[in-house]
Amino acid sequence: MTRKQKKTLIRIIIAAVLLVICSAASYMIKDLPWWAQMAMYLVPYLVIGYDILLKAGRGIIHGQVFDENFLMAIATVGAVALGEFREGAAVMLFYQIGELFQSVAVGKSRRNIAALMDIRPDYANIERDGVLVKVDPDEVEIGTVIIVKPGEKVPIDGVIAEGNTSLDMSALTGESMPVSVSKGAAVQSGCINMTGLVKILTTKEFGESTVSKILELVENSGAKKSRSENFISKFARYYTPAVCIGAAALAVFGPLVRMVLGLSPEWMSWVMRALTFLVISCPCALVISIPLTFFAGIGGASRAGILVKGSNYLETLAKARYIVFDKTGTLTKGVFEVADIRAEGVDKSTLIEYAALAESGSNHPIAKSIQAAYPDADKSRVGEIEETAGEGVTAVIDGKKIAVGNERLMARAGAKIKAADGAGTVIYAAIDGVYAGYILISDVIKPTAADAVSALKGSGIEKTVMLTGDSEKTAAAVAAAVGVDEYRAGLMPEDKVAIVEELLDKKPPKSALAFVGDGINDAPVLSRSDVGIAMGALGSDAAIEAADVVLMDDNPTKISQAIKTAKKCMAIVYENIIFALGVKAVCLILGALGLANMWLAIFADVGVMVIAVLNAIRALRIK
Amino acid sequence: MKKSYNIEVDCANCANKMETAANNTDGVKNAVVNFMALKMNVEFEDGADAKSVMKNVLKACRKVESDCEIYI
Repeated sequence: MTRKQKKTLIRIIIAAVLLVICSAASYMIKDLPWWAQMAMYLVPYLVIGYDILLKAGRGIIHGQVFDENFLMAIATVGAVALGEFREGAAVMLFYQIGELFQSVAVGKSRRNIAALMDIRPDYANIERDGVLVKVDPDEVEIGTVIIVKPGEKVPIDGVIAEGNTSLDMSALTGESMPVSVSKGAAVQSGCINMTGLVKILTTKEFGESTVSKILELVENSGAKKSRSENFISKFARYYTPAVCIGAAALAVFGPLVRMVLGLSPEWMSWVMRALTFLVISCPCALVISIPLTFFAGIGGASRAGILVKGSNYLETLAKARYIVFDKTGTLTKGVFEVADIRAEGVDKSTLIEYAALAESGSNHPIAKSIQAAYPDADKSRVGEIEETAGEGVTAVIDGKKIAVGNERLMARAGAKIKAADGAGTVIYAAIDGVYAGYILISDVIKPTAADAVSALKGSGIEKTVMLTGDSEKTAAAVAAAVGVDEYRAGLMPEDKVAIVEELLDKKPPKSALAFVGDGINDAPVLSRSDVGIAMGALGSDAAIEAADVVLMDDNPTKISQAIKTAKKCMAIVYENIIFALGVKAVCLILGALGLANMWLAIFADVGVMVIAVLNAIRALRIK
Repeated sequence: MKKSYNIEVDCANCANKMETAANNTDGVKNAVVNFMALKMNVEFEDGADAKSVMKNVLKACRKVESDCEIYI
């Protein structure tokens, strides 16, 4: 509890004891005059309610008439004026108990959520004159060597200068599988060093490091408010005055109607109803539970490696019906690998060996993928190499003339090729002018891609579309393998925007379209779609900037997890709105009819708030 | 120019009121209060002096919620 809360607690206890004494006194002394009773009850009333009365007074001076302090002041002063001294003091006491409870509950859940997201490192170890010193990460300059011991958080982004270890990246990506790193590997701040001591050469300042970026993003996510949040704050603005007017009307028109009907007016009973009405109506349960739900949802998602930049995006994501993927980097790894080798007249291994040797001098991505398929190539066997841009490579290996490249190169080498089938880039090879087969190189589909697409179908997505700049053949093969509904191939970057726009027109009303990309070169599409999702963002600042939802690792199953989280969060938001408004509406009607007493009124205020807050906390748990 | 300030306030509705008050202060282009993080993000008008504007923001907030605090 904070000091303020403790002070309130002490006041509550004193006022409660005084109230009991007063009740006992008025019970034992039978005919106490009214002024003596009033003076007696005024003591606990003022002890517990002086600040509310002051705030209400100040509010009136500043033109803030209809706030909850005003409601309580009117309700209790009204009770006192009617001669219900004990009621007046008791209502004030219960109100304060409720407020304290609310403040403790909200404070506690706020801190719980904040603690879960606390990946901020407190210090960095640097070596000064042979001694390890702990310094504020903010003070560490780029190019400093920091030391991270096992069990410690990596405080600043950098490159490993010395040592091997495995890193627990779960705070960043939500993946619990440790990652092994050694000298030269880039490491992100926020992961936990598990096994060995490492020295890290920092490449960024703390403020620009991954951990700072993530924290900033989550903390600022409140800036983009969702429609439901805006609805609630707007609602609260009209609601309190409306309730006050309603209460006043109840107190005045109730008796008047009775008088017209020829009954006794019963002013007392109607004014009491109006006061109960006022107590029921405090708007805080609504106002608190909605942002708390979003905060918990965003907090829980960030632990799973899903960063949502604002509650409005969570809301949009929950409505997603169309998902558009950029192929490379999302459904496929974006890395070229040898997918197939078809040899003619030689062994497969001989073919790839010669090809790798021939390509050994090249830095072309295709060449690199062939080199990767045969890593033990002995370069000393390679004689003269000739590289022709747009065709391929010819080289002399073991005295044989090897040509590796496309159809044009084969034609020049005099080799007669057989047309290859299969999706991807085809590299033909010829040995001494005789066709020796081909190597098929393609982008590799992520192992989880098909599962991810079917999981999306299960979470209410109506249409999945894949966009790519690749050839029709490649696109068709990938689309069939992962199970997307539609694909468009051979696209230029600006075509992708046009297609997203066309789909935006086609989608069902009130639904949303999400675009998933790797955050590189697709910023226009990310911003044009209703919600832009960037994947594999760990270590890529551009992706973090461009997208609305950022998936820290590159596992596409996280997309459906993000949508499920958003849906759960929205369900809780609606539950809370309906529950709080419903209970309040019922209690208000009961109060107006004279069926609700102060206890019910207090429950309608505090009880609803507490239940709504507890419900909101559920959004934190992400499966 | 954008700046972020730590704040202290008890209830969510009061935080909303602070937000409205801050947005109605001269020199403030846009202000957002995040009750959960207890933060106020303020975007100032061009050429406005952040310090003096924030003093007025605090004054305006105190009017609507007497025991709020902004750590300037």
